[in-house]
Amino acid sequence: MPQDFIRQLDPTHNLRAAPSLSNRLHLDPVLMSMLLAFCAAGLFVLYSASGRNMDMVIRQAVYMLMGFGGMCIIAQIPPRYMMMLVPFAYLGGVVLLVAVLVMGYGAKGAQRWISLPGFRFQPSEIIKLVMPLTVAAWLCRKTLPPKFLDVAVALVLIGIPTALIAKQPDLGTSLLIAASGLFALLLAGLSWRIIGGAVLLALPAMWGMWHFVMREYQKQRVLTFLNPESDPWGSGWNIIQSKIAIGSGGVYGKGWLLGTQSHLDFLPESHTDFIIAVLAEEFGMIGVLVLLAAYALILGRGIFITLHAQNMFARLVSGSVTLTFFVYIFVNIGMVSGLLPVVGVPLPLVSRGGTSIVTLMAGFGILMSAHTHRNLLGR
Amino acid sequence: MAADTIKDHPGERRLVKIRVWLAVVAMILMTAGLVARMFYLQVQRYDELATQSEDNRIHLRTVPPIRGLIYDAKGRLLAENRPSYTLTIIRERVKNMDETLSELSELVDLDPDDIDDFKERVYKTRPFNSVPLKYRLNEEEIARVSVNHHRLPGVNVEAQLIRFYPERKTLAHAIGYVGRINDKELRKLDASLYSGTNIIGKTGVERYYESILLGKPGYQEVESNARGRILRVLKQVDPVPGTDLHLYLDLDLQKAAMEALKGKRGAVVALDPKTGGVLALASTPSYDTNSFVTGIGYKEFNSLRDNINRPLFNRATLGEYPPASTIKPFVAMAALDSETVKSDYRIFDRGYYQLPGDKHRYRNWKRTGDGWTDMVRAIARSNDTYFYDIAVKMGIDTIHDYMTRFQLGQRTGLDIASERPGLMPSRAWKRAARGRPWYPGETVISGIGQGYMLATPLQLATATAIIANRGGIVAPRLAKPGPGVAPKVPMGRIDKTPEDWETVIKGMREVVDNPRGTAHRRIGRKLKYTVAGKTGTAQVVGIPQDIKEEEAQVLEEFQKDHGLFIAFAPIENPQIALAVIIENDSSAAVGVARKVMDAWLLPRLGPLEKPALAKKGVL
Repeated sequence: MPQDFIRQLDPTHNLRAAPSLSNRLHLDPVLMSMLLAFCAAGLFVLYSASGRNMDMVIRQAVYMLMGFGGMCIIAQIPPRYMMMLVPFAYLGGVVLLVAVLVMGYGAKGAQRWISLPGFRFQPSEIIKLVMPLTVAAWLCRKTLPPKFLDVAVALVLIGIPTALIAKQPDLGTSLLIAASGLFALLLAGLSWRIIGGAVLLALPAMWGMWHFVMREYQKQRVLTFLNPESDPWGSGWNIIQSKIAIGSGGVYGKGWLLGTQSHLDFLPESHTDFIIAVLAEEFGMIGVLVLLAAYALILGRGIFITLHAQNMFARLVSGSVTLTFFVYIFVNIGMVSGLLPVVGVPLPLVSRGGTSIVTLMAGFGILMSAHTHRNLLGR
Repeated sequence: MAADTIKDHPGERRLVKIRVWLAVVAMILMTAGLVARMFYLQVQRYDELATQSEDNRIHLRTVPPIRGLIYDAKGRLLAENRPSYTLTIIRERVKNMDETLSELSELVDLDPDDIDDFKERVYKTRPFNSVPLKYRLNEEEIARVSVNHHRLPGVNVEAQLIRFYPERKTLAHAIGYVGRINDKELRKLDASLYSGTNIIGKTGVERYYESILLGKPGYQEVESNARGRILRVLKQVDPVPGTDLHLYLDLDLQKAAMEALKGKRGAVVALDPKTGGVLALASTPSYDTNSFVTGIGYKEFNSLRDNINRPLFNRATLGEYPPASTIKPFVAMAALDSETVKSDYRIFDRGYYQLPGDKHRYRNWKRTGDGWTDMVRAIARSNDTYFYDIAVKMGIDTIHDYMTRFQLGQRTGLDIASERPGLMPSRAWKRAARGRPWYPGETVISGIGQGYMLATPLQLATATAIIANRGGIVAPRLAKPGPGVAPKVPMGRIDKTPEDWETVIKGMREVVDNPRGTAHRRIGRKLKYTVAGKTGTAQVVGIPQDIKEEEAQVLEEFQKDHGLFIAFAPIENPQIALAVIIENDSSAAVGVARKVMDAWLLPRLGPLEKPALAKKGVL
């Protein structure tokens, strides 16, 4: 009997008796090392894209360290606490978005920032993190695939911040946030009928967007995307120059720091949204493939974590964060290479920008938390 | 309900797993799309886009050649190139041309003319070449543009070499000027030679020798950034500078001529009889040619154009005047050579001439007549009756032939942009041009240079030089032979017996020396050299018909006779031959000629020459 007892306990024995160091720190060593290597490589590209601006590179490195710090802290929060905190975070985020909008009436144009003494941040970045958690927390308690009423509530949860951010106006971010919530819904088994219906509804919705929601500059971007040569010296310039930068890199590239398009200022936004064009120009198609492969490894680890998650919440959150990460990559590269309209999405972990990096790393922190807080028995 | 609340955990896990794998497939497909896009841009369109990238950064810039300088006979600069700061724009770098222009007009004093001019030229210039907007920026404007430079992509302040005429008004009609290329010129010229230049010779020597003064542009292959700043020169082919011109013209003499003509409407052309070199070519009133170099304002141009004294008109080469009595030495020469009369032929002048069978009296200027008059006296007294007589004896066609041999009635071929041919009439000419037969009375007045006859001061100076050379024909020239300037062509001689020449020259000498000579009083005292000359007074023809009352007085001034004088000196060894015309003033020409001859000859009469002259009893 004792023998049986022992044998019965055996599979979990190791887990209990000797939890690995990484599990005790709640960090995933595989993902962690990939991210570290990736960030380091990204700094080299930024150095060139910024025109050898070492200050900018150092600042970026500091943001990355902050991001890693944030990631480690978030990884310590067990998913069940996250579930409990999510409603408050969601409500807080929405309140801040409303606050930004109200304050924004004073300033001209886009108002996205909240300034506090010492630092300032965009509430939309908080929502980026909270959105997949919210939808996952809502759906994981329901039976799956979700019923119509549950879907409707989820859509409202997604819709409120999306609309608020679109009003800022920041169409790119609002679409990405909507996507991160929708991914959780899709992974939760949203019925194909609803998906099909939504696609059918999308066409009139696009018509409505064009006429009632989109601002003039947003329409201009879409028009420019459809025919960049129509305005080569105006809004078409960015896309024409980035295509030239990418294409002129060829297979092997012009060499690090030797890209003429970026270094002679033909390529605008070369260190932010259009940084992939710098990489493509200087490292060629090989560089782009290496970058995509590196992203694929990170995404693969995200998928692995999703598939091995112990509970539905962790599963939906991990999957949603991973897919959103992919969407960032796809939209950015797609827009810079002229496949998609220019919507102002940075290339994750490479483009310059502190908030974007910290938010992304925090997202990976959620992934690590989900992976390392394991119960004795998976549900 | 119960079934709903109890969750089917394995089932849900399976559902999510399927969705995750579907997502993985979708991601792989989308990534493949990105890779395909990169392959399309970086492999399939590589050649095209790599070329565009090179085109972006590498540009050909033309480097304008330095225009050839123009020197006078003693090597003094008459036309040079001076640095000047020019506001230029490269069209391709400017995002919004109208905005840029309006911003610039706040920084720099821009004329609407400047802007119109610029807009006209900017779309005719090769891509990525700068187009000048405003020349001659002052220090303050340079500073204001420089401070705002970062806001104005494509706008630059360039140091350019700009033509400068240090003598300003003195040489306007000889050297001429350069100016901005206009539409008509643009269509004719070779664009590759003018790609770096927007300046072309417009008049005078500047235009005649445009092809050699211009030089050949070079080019630079430069790398520049998106804002048009040139970062480095990759390759350079140096321009070939234009050829320098050396003129026969003497600046001191030119100044003396201009000074002598001051306040008058007139012209002086002085030649070196030996070479035909133009020593001075002056026409007054004159204007500052520097105004034209960078484009003259409409207001300034209109005031020059509409000035009643016509400063822009080059009287020396374009002014066609009746030669009047200055034609007489040449008519006398023709009569001697055609053996119409002998040098001792004389008439008794009663103050008029009558054609046989005609009652009309062609009057001498001196109504009482000069009595017995031979050829020398006829020239000295400018006796009209004598020349009526010999002209009728020769006939108009003989006169025409000889005048043509004196290079009259045709362009002299001076190396200047514009010249009028004058007119020496003949029967054939009148039939062709007027469709009427020649009347005998017209021959009579041709003998004293009236009627249809017209000559420019340049032609009269040339013909005078031929007398000075005793028949040696010369072609007037401004530029000395050199690289790009054709060498002189021998012109031949009018072969006459030396006696014939000396008869005519004696007559011309008595014009000055003889107390009854027509120029004796006006030439002044203390002449230190011998002069052979001939006066003339031309009646003004072609009085305008439709004149207003208030203009009548002005017009009266413009109806006065023109005064002419031709001369060469010294007689024994001629060093200068000249023609002077003073419009509407029949008394000033001799005095002007004296001043010009003094300016040329006095410094050249060395101590060796004075005793030689003294021996001949001149002093």
